[in-house]
Amino acid sequence: MNGSSAYPIRTTINGKHYSLEVPPHQTLLRVLRDRLMLTGSKPCCEEGECGACTVLFNGRAVNSCLILAVEVDGGEILTIEGLSHHGELDPLQQAFIDEGAVQCGYCTPGMIMAAKYLLMDNPHPSLSQIQQGLAGNLCRCTGYGRIIRAVQRAASTLAES
Amino acid sequence: MFQYLRPTRLEEVGELLAAHQGSAALLAGGTDLLVALRSGKGFPEVLIDLKRVADLGADISAGDSSIRIGALTVLADVERSSLVRDRFPALARAAGVVGSIQIRNRATLAGNICNASPAADTAPPLLAYGAAIQLFGLQGSRTLPISEFFLGYRSTALEPGEIVVSIEVPYPPPGCGSSFQRITRRRGVDLATVSAACLLQPHQETLFGMGAVGPTPLRVRDDTGILSDPAGDPQQGREAIARLAGRASPISDLRSGKEYRAAMLQVVLLRAYEESLRMCLN
Repeated sequence: MNGSSAYPIRTTINGKHYSLEVPPHQTLLRVLRDRLMLTGSKPCCEEGECGACTVLFNGRAVNSCLILAVEVDGGEILTIEGLSHHGELDPLQQAFIDEGAVQCGYCTPGMIMAAKYLLMDNPHPSLSQIQQGLAGNLCRCTGYGRIIRAVQRAASTLAES
Repeated sequence: MFQYLRPTRLEEVGELLAAHQGSAALLAGGTDLLVALRSGKGFPEVLIDLKRVADLGADISAGDSSIRIGALTVLADVERSSLVRDRFPALARAAGVVGSIQIRNRATLAGNICNASPAADTAPPLLAYGAAIQLFGLQGSRTLPISEFFLGYRSTALEPGEIVVSIEVPYPPPGCGSSFQRITRRRGVDLATVSAACLLQPHQETLFGMGAVGPTPLRVRDDTGILSDPAGDPQQGREAIARLAGRASPISDLRSGKEYRAAMLQVVLLRAYEESLRMCLN
């Protein structure tokens, strides 16, 4: 790769293969939203403080606003759009609905993706581990109580299944 | 706009840095760099992505006398490494409080050091443990004690064209205790107002790293033997720590006034020392 103004990348997003040409300064978040119309990942602070843009990159929770699209060449991305299968919600999505953990909804996709990573990594998190796992996701509506209960509910659902 | 370059060998990185002296930026985790690129202060001519340089390594390996942390190792992996947790608990703890998990999954230990913020959380433990920084340059490789790495505010001893290859941390002798402590304005994600790490070695000098209390992270030592004596007088110990804290030169900024920093530095030094002492006694 060198001097040109667009760079070819190949990446798998929610199980689908993409070949794209991206400018070097464009973030993963912008490519997801503006090019691929995957608008579940939200722009907010765009400096890694709020977590609204959280996606999984090669199985790890990251802020898609702090990653250049060229960096994901050869990698795998999971966004909120990739969580449900054939209309069946992920246990986390269902738990957020059941616990009323969504108010304005803007932080929700990032919150769920951060929680997804937490539960993949640690299926039985303690209260403080949930708080730590979601420390990079800001919510200005809920006060976090229902969000934490939703993660606890999803963890028990997953443990039963 | 900048060019994006993705070398795979160390020599290529050296050549690119030589060809674009002063106008190249190095990209590892990018958690500081992307914020800077977005700040409107302009772009470098070239962005050199280091993540495919095999010789840099993204892993932690155990040697005979030290561990080697490759320059691409992310903080989340430092935090959860059982080797680091067992032998270098202060480093594991410091790596685990940098930003959020989303940040720690990208940000590298080497990047935290090279960014050279006085508040870099991993600097105090690396100073206390006496880490060595392995550098590569076209003129040759060299090793620098981390106490000689920080030259000033966001300024390091890296020569033009040099990059960090790995960070090596020597195992403390048996029977040691170590601890990292920090004070922040809120729980959760925040920069340290002050931070300190301690390495307590019975009947040897006691080493401290201090953060956010001067233009660079600072290493200080107590060689009076007061602190390394498990049966020492607590009052004398507090006085020794107050003397060490006096070596700092805190400033006032948006996180704290300098008087508060100076007072809290003694608190975090004492907490780090007391936790280290408890580990020694157990």
